Amino acid sequence: MLIEFFLCLRRHGLQTSITELLDLLKALEQQVVFADVEAFYYLARLTLVKDESQFDRFDRAFAEYFEGVEQVDLASAIPEDWLRRSLQRQLSDEDKAKLQSMGGLDELLNAFQERLKEQQKRHAGGNKWIGTGGTSPFGAYGYHPEGIRIGQEGSNARRAVKVWDKREFRDLDTEGELNNRTMQLALRKLRKFARTGSAEELDLDETIRATSKKGGMLDLQWRPERHNAVKVLLLFDVGGSMDDFIYECQQLFAAARSEFKHLEFYYFHNCVYEEVWASNERRFSAKTPTRELINRYGRDYKLIFVGDATMGPYEIAYPGGSVEHWNEEPGAVWMQRLLAHFTSAVWLNPQPKEHWRWHHSIDMMQELMGARMYPLTLDGLSEAIRVLLKKSATAAPVS
Amino acid sequence: MQFSSTSNYIVADELALAVQAAVTLEKPLLLKGEPGTGKTRLAEELATSLGVPLLRWQIKSTSKAQQGLYEYDAVSRLRDSQLGSDKVHDIANYIKPGKLWQAFTAPERPVLLIDEIDKADIEFPNDLLHELDQMEFHVYETGEQVSAKHRPIVVITSNNEKELPDAFLRRCFFHYINFPDAETLAKIVHVHHPDIQRDLLKTALEVFFDVRKLPNLKKKPSTSELIDWLKLLLVEDVSHKQLQASDGLMPMFGALLKNEQDVQLVEKLAFMSRRRES
Repeated sequence: MLIEFFLCLRRHGLQTSITELLDLLKALEQQVVFADVEAFYYLARLTLVKDESQFDRFDRAFAEYFEGVEQVDLASAIPEDWLRRSLQRQLSDEDKAKLQSMGGLDELLNAFQERLKEQQKRHAGGNKWIGTGGTSPFGAYGYHPEGIRIGQEGSNARRAVKVWDKREFRDLDTEGELNNRTMQLALRKLRKFARTGSAEELDLDETIRATSKKGGMLDLQWRPERHNAVKVLLLFDVGGSMDDFIYECQQLFAAARSEFKHLEFYYFHNCVYEEVWASNERRFSAKTPTRELINRYGRDYKLIFVGDATMGPYEIAYPGGSVEHWNEEPGAVWMQRLLAHFTSAVWLNPQPKEHWRWHHSIDMMQELMGARMYPLTLDGLSEAIRVLLKKSATAAPVS
Repeated sequence: MQFSSTSNYIVADELALAVQAAVTLEKPLLLKGEPGTGKTRLAEELATSLGVPLLRWQIKSTSKAQQGLYEYDAVSRLRDSQLGSDKVHDIANYIKPGKLWQAFTAPERPVLLIDEIDKADIEFPNDLLHELDQMEFHVYETGEQVSAKHRPIVVITSNNEKELPDAFLRRCFFHYINFPDAETLAKIVHVHHPDIQRDLLKTALEVFFDVRKLPNLKKKPSTSELIDWLKLLLVEDVSHKQLQASDGLMPMFGALLKNEQDVQLVEKLAFMSRRRES
C-alpha cells in the first residue's frame, strides 16, 4: 500500500525512509484520518517530511502522484528577487559579458519576461515547464525543471485551491550539499578544550587526594568546566565575483557562528588592504584599520580567509592596484603582515579546485599563503582545520 | 481524543491533526516555526485540554542529555559521609530524577515539553535517541531500569538555530507552524482581547501586516508581539482614527519593533511615503 506514492516521493529527491512509511501506514490503520485527501496530505507530510525546506518537493510529488502532471498556466508574475538570486548563481562568465551588452540585469529580466510571454503563446497546449531557450541568452545555462517552475496563476485568489498546489514553501527549498550540519560537524574538529572561568565542576580525583591528605576530613576541590577555547578570526571577501558563492559563505558563517565562542569576523574586497570593515551596511563609514586587527587579536587566533582570490594580479602586487581606492601599499604586503602575526592561517576558496589554475591571482595568493589554500568543500575544510591545529604552522616569509 | 481550539488558544486544523496523530501513534512531535507562533503554548494547552500534568524541560546551551534522565549528587553524599548520616549507604538517596524520569514514572500519561532543543550542543538529540524511542533507560549507579508506565506525549520545539540529526528526525513527527493569515490572526486576537473594537483591530492588523511585508527587517514582529502591541493600544486608549492618522511611526512602536535599525527603517519609509503623497 502506498508503495508507488513512496517511490514517487523518493524520485523527487525526498530522503524518506521505510520506517517513516510504516509510521504513516500505522496512522492510517488507526484511522487518524479517513477518506479526506487534504487531511491525508497533512498526515503524510507530518510523517514523511522532516524539514520545512523539503515541503515544496513534497507538494510537487504529491501533486504528481495524485493528479498526474496537470496543466499549469505560465504565470506572468515571477517573484523577481527569487529570479535574480538564481540568475546570479547560474550565470557563466560569458553570460555576464552578454549581460553587460544587454544593459544590465534589469534589462535582461525584462527581456526574459517578454520571452516568457512569447513562449506561453507558442506552447498553448500548456506545457508545464519552460524549456531551454536555444540561442537566447537564457539558453546558455538552461533552466532545470526543478530550478524554476512558475506557480499557478491566481492561486491565492481562490480559497478552494488545493493546498499542495499553492506550494507555499517554494522559496524554502534548498539543495544544500554542504549543509549547515555537515559543516558544523567539520568545524567541530577545530576544538581545543581548556578549563577557564569559574570553578563549578567537582574534581573528583583532586578531592580524593586532598581528602586523604587531611586524614579523611572532606576537602572538596572544584575546577572550571571545559570549553572550546579556540579563537577564530574570519575575513570574508564580499562583492564582485564572490556574489556567486554567497550561499556557501552564508552556510559556513552560520556554522562557524554557532560553533565558536570567540569568533570575530570582518569583510574585505578581493584582497586585504589597509582597512577592513565589520558591517557591509556601513562599510564606508565604519572601517577598521588592518593594523588594528594585528594589535587587537593575539597570535593564538586562527585566521581564516574566505574568498575566491580571483582578481587582477596587480590588485595583489602593486600599490594603487585596488579596484576601489588608492592603496599606498600593495595587498601582498598586508597579507604578509597578517600572516607574520597570525601564524596559523588558511584560505578557503569557494571556487572549484580545478578552476584554480586558470587564475594567475590564485597562484599568487597560494604562494603568499604558503600553499595553505583549500577549496570550500567538506574535504577542503577538514584539511584546512588539520593545518590550523598543527602547532608549527609555517608562515610565509616576510620580506 | 480530539484536540481543538479552546477558549484562549486557536489551533489550525492541520496542527490539530498533527497533534492527534502524534498522540495516537505515541511519537514525539517536533514543532518548528517563527518565534512567537505559539509552539510552547501548544504543549501547555494540550496538557490543559487533556487534564494531565505538563513537564517542561527547558534546554539551554549547557544542557546535557543525561540531566534529563537523572543526576548523581556526589557532593551531598560526600558531605553526608562526614556527618555520619545513615542515608549514605544507599546510593539511591543521591540520584535525582530528571524530567524524562519523572515523565516515565508519572501516575498518568503526562505531556513532556522539550523546549528549544536547538539551543543545546549538536550531539544532544543523538544522546536521546534510544530514550525517546524505547522510552526506557538504565541507571548505572543503582543498576535500575527505568521504563515508561505510559508513554508520555512528547512535544519538542525548535527555533532552527541548529540543524537536527537525521536519525533523530526519523523518530519524530514534524510540523512547521506557518505564520497565521489575517483571518486566523483576527481570531487569535479576539481570544486575547475580546472587547477590542472592530475598526481598531482592522487598522491595527493592516499596519501589522504592512510592517511584516517590509523587506530587510531584522526581526519580523510575530503574533505574540501583535498581542502585546494591541494590549498597549487598549491601555493607552488609542482610537483607530489616531492609528490611521499617525504619520511616521505607529504609536507604541516599541512593542512591534525590537531592533533599532528596524525602527529607523520604518521611520524612513514612512517619511518617504509622506513626501510622495504631499
